[in-house]
Amino acid sequence: MADTEYAEVFREEAVELLEELESSLLELERNPADLKIVSRVFRAMHTIKGSGAMFGFEDIAGFTHHVETVLDRVRDGAVPVSKELIDLTLASRDHIYALLDAATGSGEADPAEGQRIIASLQALVSGGRSVPPEKVEVALAPAAEEEEEKDPTLGTLTHYRIHIRPGEDFFVAGSTMEQLLDELARLGQCTVFLHEKADEAEKSAGLWEILLTTDQGINAVEDVLVFAQSSCEVKVVVLASEGEGDFEEHKKLGEILVEKGALSSENLKKVLGRQRPLGELLVEERLVSKTQIDAALAEQKMVKECKVRAESAKGAESIRVASEKLDQLINLVGELVVTQARLSQVASQNKDPDLVEPVEEVERLTAELRDSVLNIRMLPIGTTFAKFKRLVRDLSAELGKEVAMVTEGAETELDKNVIDQLGDPLVHLIRNSIDHGIESPEERARAGKPRKGTITLAAGHSGANVVITVSDDGKGLDTEKIRQKALEKGLIRADEDLSEQDICNTIFMPGLSTAKTVTSVSGRGVGMDVVKSTVDSLKGSVNVTGSAKGKGTTVTIMLPLTLAIIDGLLVKVEDTYFVLPLSQVEECVELSKDDIARFHGRRVLPVRDQLVPYVRLRDFFAIPGERPDLEQMVIARINGERFGLVLDDVVGEHQTVLKSLGWIYRNATGLSGSTILGNGHVALILDVPDVMKWAQREERSALTT
Amino acid sequence: MATKTENVQQQATQYLTFTLREEGFAVEISKVREVLDVTTMTRIPRMPDYLSGVINLRGNVVPVMDLGQKLGMGTISYSKNTCIMIVELEIEGNMVEMGVLTDSVQMVLDLNDSDIESVPRMGTNLNTEFIKGMGRQSEEKFLIILDIDKVLASEGELALRDMDNPALARAAEALPEEGAAAEA
Repeated sequence: MADTEYAEVFREEAVELLEELESSLLELERNPADLKIVSRVFRAMHTIKGSGAMFGFEDIAGFTHHVETVLDRVRDGAVPVSKELIDLTLASRDHIYALLDAATGSGEADPAEGQRIIASLQALVSGGRSVPPEKVEVALAPAAEEEEEKDPTLGTLTHYRIHIRPGEDFFVAGSTMEQLLDELARLGQCTVFLHEKADEAEKSAGLWEILLTTDQGINAVEDVLVFAQSSCEVKVVVLASEGEGDFEEHKKLGEILVEKGALSSENLKKVLGRQRPLGELLVEERLVSKTQIDAALAEQKMVKECKVRAESAKGAESIRVASEKLDQLINLVGELVVTQARLSQVASQNKDPDLVEPVEEVERLTAELRDSVLNIRMLPIGTTFAKFKRLVRDLSAELGKEVAMVTEGAETELDKNVIDQLGDPLVHLIRNSIDHGIESPEERARAGKPRKGTITLAAGHSGANVVITVSDDGKGLDTEKIRQKALEKGLIRADEDLSEQDICNTIFMPGLSTAKTVTSVSGRGVGMDVVKSTVDSLKGSVNVTGSAKGKGTTVTIMLPLTLAIIDGLLVKVEDTYFVLPLSQVEECVELSKDDIARFHGRRVLPVRDQLVPYVRLRDFFAIPGERPDLEQMVIARINGERFGLVLDDVVGEHQTVLKSLGWIYRNATGLSGSTILGNGHVALILDVPDVMKWAQREERSALTT
Repeated sequence: MATKTENVQQQATQYLTFTLREEGFAVEISKVREVLDVTTMTRIPRMPDYLSGVINLRGNVVPVMDLGQKLGMGTISYSKNTCIMIVELEIEGNMVEMGVLTDSVQMVLDLNDSDIESVPRMGTNLNTEFIKGMGRQSEEKFLIILDIDKVLASEGELALRDMDNPALARAAEALPEEGAAAEA
């Protein structure tokens, strides 16, 4: 078995590649003629194979090899891109995933499935080279992304052009050009040109060009060059290989002549020897000065170097870090924020000017540190979108519907933990849209809609929240049916006065499904319930925000940007501290005894010409004690509604490190967590929408009983 | 004689003993992380009375349960002996820390299996499901060994004081012959 540490690295990399593979395949399905995408698919497969073999995952490497063989034929144009091919390649991708899970001990893979895919693939390439499954030759290719050409060069005669510009270090290390050339010559027919002679004054060791013809494969060539690479500028270009036609480098006349055999390399060398660099000629003609030439050459070199660097740096732009390490970092920053709050409190109590200034600096730095650390965990949500495209494709085929998926705002960033947990709810919502929302093509045609339905998955920012909407242009929710179902299940009462939207939102209650039949896709009435509970656990909200009969349905999920640290408003009732998420707070006003008397104890207060209902936290949470004469009211805006929370005192803004209240308090009403204050006390974080919901519910039930 | 001692030594388990209303209780010491004095507790409103609140344990928010109330023995009144035992338990696959409020923590006690008697089917005034056995501390002193995982993971107050309660009768009947100790 493979070494577990490397196995994990491989797994992570492979999962990423498989995701890329999936999105590329789906893209290819839309643009079957785009050979660039074919190449991308091929490359992903090839890298999986190469690193799979390197890390000892023979079964993955073996299986991938077959798929790669077929893809190679596709790349050659020998096999057309068909739906069948895409299906099979997607199935292969799933199988590799299963193999990967099996290899890392978290699942099982069915070898028969692999055989079936291979057989189908080979049938598809009928007439193509078929490789017996038990004899698989796998090249141990490093997974470097800049490698453009790999396996196909093995065993086929290929021409390479190799540029070597030895750096100063090269000779310091005791190597010589002769050694390197000897090694290259051992691989095959080798022709060497020296373009620029070594020049001590210019600190240049010359530029060598080697034309190599070998059947040893590019890996062998690179193996030879690998030692030179650290100290030399090395560039390998494949000039001609089976099935390869696109060269990005334009050729020099002499090289082409040599290649075509019109000129022998010896002659070219002779002529080249006579020819002098353009620069020198220009200087001789006194058209430009030597320094100008030098500068131009330097510039040329710089551009070239830049290009080389850009090409090789592709893989090094990001580093892979285990998410536990990030979690640990965030925890530490959380502790730091708490300690800093304590420090600030002490400083303000002592009123020592020498202390206040550095403490303010620490506060600023901590805030910056917090923001950048949290930012590290932010990922664009688009990484999950590809998965849903696949889901839509497979599901619509299964249900015989025509559905297109449109995504918007894929670049919207969200905390990684949130993205990870968001997968399931979105799957449920999309399934629901396809199964219940979108009608069959015939039905759509009768209704005068395009045969193909559209599901839009959009993400975007709204204040401190991320808003994700799933909308379809299907038949919309049948509110009457939902109402009846909800009544049947006892989720609502017959006399309850509910708005259309309220009724729509009952679909998120457990046990409600309006589907007439239970299918493999949906109808068991658990999906929406799961959506709701997952979103709740992420401190977000989910609502049906738009549903019109025949027009479609829109479901909106609102999520906080991060789950770790929020800006909060610290408030107090008696000895209990509460924190409100600052993003929900609109303003603070005072509530006097006169105000209460003016409204005869009804819990409303006019604020800016609008009556705002309020809840007294003291009553809501049954906190004993006398309420002060002048109370404070914090006005929050929830789902567009203004809502007041009455409390004793507003302490101020507070950077809040969220801590869970623990399993035992998972059902706590109106609270979403806790935080530790500077003085060591635990403050409770208010779940304002939940308080509002419960307050409404309690008032309603108090009225009816 | 010698063989018996050997046997006894092999099967000894360490227990932490504590009191609730002067009555002796014990839990396996491997479950207990530490014992704290009572610190500032933040009550979580609108939760059952046996949930005392949360404390700040070196930067972690840890829930605390009033074990007296949980077992239907009345609220623990604070004195200088009142302690919070921090126990570690597994809930739904996660390790969770929880504080347990007791009247006083006594000592660490080695008990052999032979010192532990199975739970009497009735008479403990407690649901036998939550008791691992009765530990014999001395000739006439017995300790109630709690299955603390089950106690803490359960919902609501656990005591079934009313002996005519048909629920208790059913629960007792449902138990196997050897009692709950064998089950645990």
